[in-house]
Amino acid sequence: MAARKPVRWHIAVFLAPAVVIYTAIMIIPLIGTLNLSLFNKGADGVEFVGLSNFATLFGDPRWSASFWNALGNNAWFFFIHMLVQNPIGIALAAILSTPRLRMAAFYRTAIFIPTILSFVIVGFVWKLILSPIWGIAPGLLDLVGLKSLFAPWLGREDSALTTLALISVWQFVGIPMMLIYAALLSIPDEVLEAAEMDGITGISQFWKIKLPLILPSIGIISILTFVGNFNAFDLIYVAQGALAGPDFSTDILGTFLYRTFFGFQLQLGDPYMGSAIAGAMFGIILLGVCVYLFGIQTRLRRYQF
Amino acid sequence: MKKTSVTALLTSTLLAGPALAQTTLTIESWRNDDLTIWQETIIPAFNAQHPDISVVFSPTAPAEYNAVLNSKLSAGSAGDLITCRPFDASLELFNQGHLTDLTDLAGMANFSDVAKSAWQTDDGAATFCVPMASVIHGFIYNADAFAALGIEEPKTEAEFYAALDKIKADGTYIPMAMGTNDQWEAATMGYNNIGPTYWKGEEGRRALIAGEQKLTDPQWVAPFEQLAKWKDYLGDGFEAQTYPDSQNLFTLGRAAIYPAGSWEISGFNAQADFKMGAFAPPVAAAGDTCYISDHTDIGIGMNAKSPNAEAAKVFLDWVASAEFATLYANALPGFFSLNSTPVQMEDPLAQEFVSWRGECEPTIRSTYQILSRGTPNLENETWNASANVIRGSETPADAAKRLQDGLASWYEPQK
Repeated sequence: MAARKPVRWHIAVFLAPAVVIYTAIMIIPLIGTLNLSLFNKGADGVEFVGLSNFATLFGDPRWSASFWNALGNNAWFFFIHMLVQNPIGIALAAILSTPRLRMAAFYRTAIFIPTILSFVIVGFVWKLILSPIWGIAPGLLDLVGLKSLFAPWLGREDSALTTLALISVWQFVGIPMMLIYAALLSIPDEVLEAAEMDGITGISQFWKIKLPLILPSIGIISILTFVGNFNAFDLIYVAQGALAGPDFSTDILGTFLYRTFFGFQLQLGDPYMGSAIAGAMFGIILLGVCVYLFGIQTRLRRYQF
Repeated sequence: MKKTSVTALLTSTLLAGPALAQTTLTIESWRNDDLTIWQETIIPAFNAQHPDISVVFSPTAPAEYNAVLNSKLSAGSAGDLITCRPFDASLELFNQGHLTDLTDLAGMANFSDVAKSAWQTDDGAATFCVPMASVIHGFIYNADAFAALGIEEPKTEAEFYAALDKIKADGTYIPMAMGTNDQWEAATMGYNNIGPTYWKGEEGRRALIAGEQKLTDPQWVAPFEQLAKWKDYLGDGFEAQTYPDSQNLFTLGRAAIYPAGSWEISGFNAQADFKMGAFAPPVAAAGDTCYISDHTDIGIGMNAKSPNAEAAKVFLDWVASAEFATLYANALPGFFSLNSTPVQMEDPLAQEFVSWRGECEPTIRSTYQILSRGTPNLENETWNASANVIRGSETPADAAKRLQDGLASWYEPQK
């Protein structure tokens, strides 16, 4: 046989920067957190307790009530995004990609700009807009004679979470729009021309030709939305505080984790239970991503042009 | 190479020479609002007596203070002097060995046991922070509005609601400026403001800690029943009204009564252009003893690992003096000195608040000592319960029962 293959050092060298940085700021803290969740304060200092923190989190009626409340709210938050943000994003992209639309670049930029704003600004601005005291929302509704529809949405248990989800949709609708827009632009003209030759134009062209071709992008957007929503924290914290009022109706996993891990007001931080919650969040996100990767993505049909 | 480093060493020694006589103390604090007062009033007054000790006031944002301080102390990079939160947050630092035992500090003699209770071990054997200031709860009102509507300061519950009804009927002003969005006002300026009147201040608070009274007893449910009545007097959309919203509503003259803590005084003095007055929480019937929440809020202690322990003790002794008490109380009206020596204050509103110390029995917030040590945390639960009761989404009895169940789940004497 020929001489052994030379060691291909360049692969390691080129991978190194990314691997080192990612390990240092993501993998090591992640393992550290998971490790921390197996410990707790015992009679004499910190001791290894196995899975008993998780047993408390899911078994103790108070902890589990808070956890399931947060998870349920999180699921609703995600549901609103899937129901509102992504369809609107796709629709906007479809409109933007129409060749006859004027000022497309302006609309694209305007819709995308909120995405780059800080959560603090978005939360503050929307709180002001919706404020029953100084807000312009009551005034605007009054102008069209619908003042009676206005309510202090952020302060009501039944509407606060949905309102926050819609604020988040407003902020991030630019991302699915951009991704789908790029996917739509990459559809070759020949395919569309062929469709036109066959008499498929306008709306039916979108449903029959374009939509199947952008399905993989929609899948990616869904999973990005899922990960983003289940890691969300900032907007709720800015708008409603760490107690996620009213009456924990806007408490999601991120705020629940923050309160537990770092403590709040007189409540001292509990890094061990906090890590257990972080571990549960990691598990949920991992599960969701796996379901997508193995259950959905592998079944999507891809087209080669 | 070697020569250079020796030269560098010598130079640095020379430079450090004059600095050796000059010790620098750094103060960790969450009171970033007070930065200029420390820099322009308090530190110069201290330096007039101790020119050899320079002091740097280095505050952090209030919401982050506890977390930042804990990590700095663990990492050994915290300042020499630590501003102390009351009760468990500081007790935990002391137990971990981050704060020095100051029981033997000469200036400690200037403080009463109640004043020191917020910064002592449970048995009272060790005191680890010098008490700086307390805040008093009550109601601040728009005196011009009261005069225009012909309302006197209410003394009893009946007068209180009569006044609110009158303001509401007139319609010019929102009767009471408070929202439930941020939750803590409902508990701090609602429940713990009017509550001591019903649970008889220290008597009830101590009985609760001892396990002799329960949160479901009538005297502990009564404040919730009062809060439930407040709903009708709050502004439109109070559910989404935040703390700054309430402050602005009042200082802009749109609301007549503001359930307050005395820390609002300096801000309100600067913002409001009408005359203000204050009244203590109303009593049930004329002639009843009144109770006020005179809550120990700020202390200052010493980092156990500070290299400047001697200088730090000199500073703490000065903080415990009557001179500091006068300076601080006047620079920050609404933060009342805990020093046994009476302090002369100039602000009329602050004088009004502090005058209640003579008429009423003082106590501290019921949830702060010992009772917020476990999970669920009683203070945080009280925020939530008070806000729920005002919004009407939970009845007073249900809220009290939930708090009691939560407390009993971990607190031995209540089981």
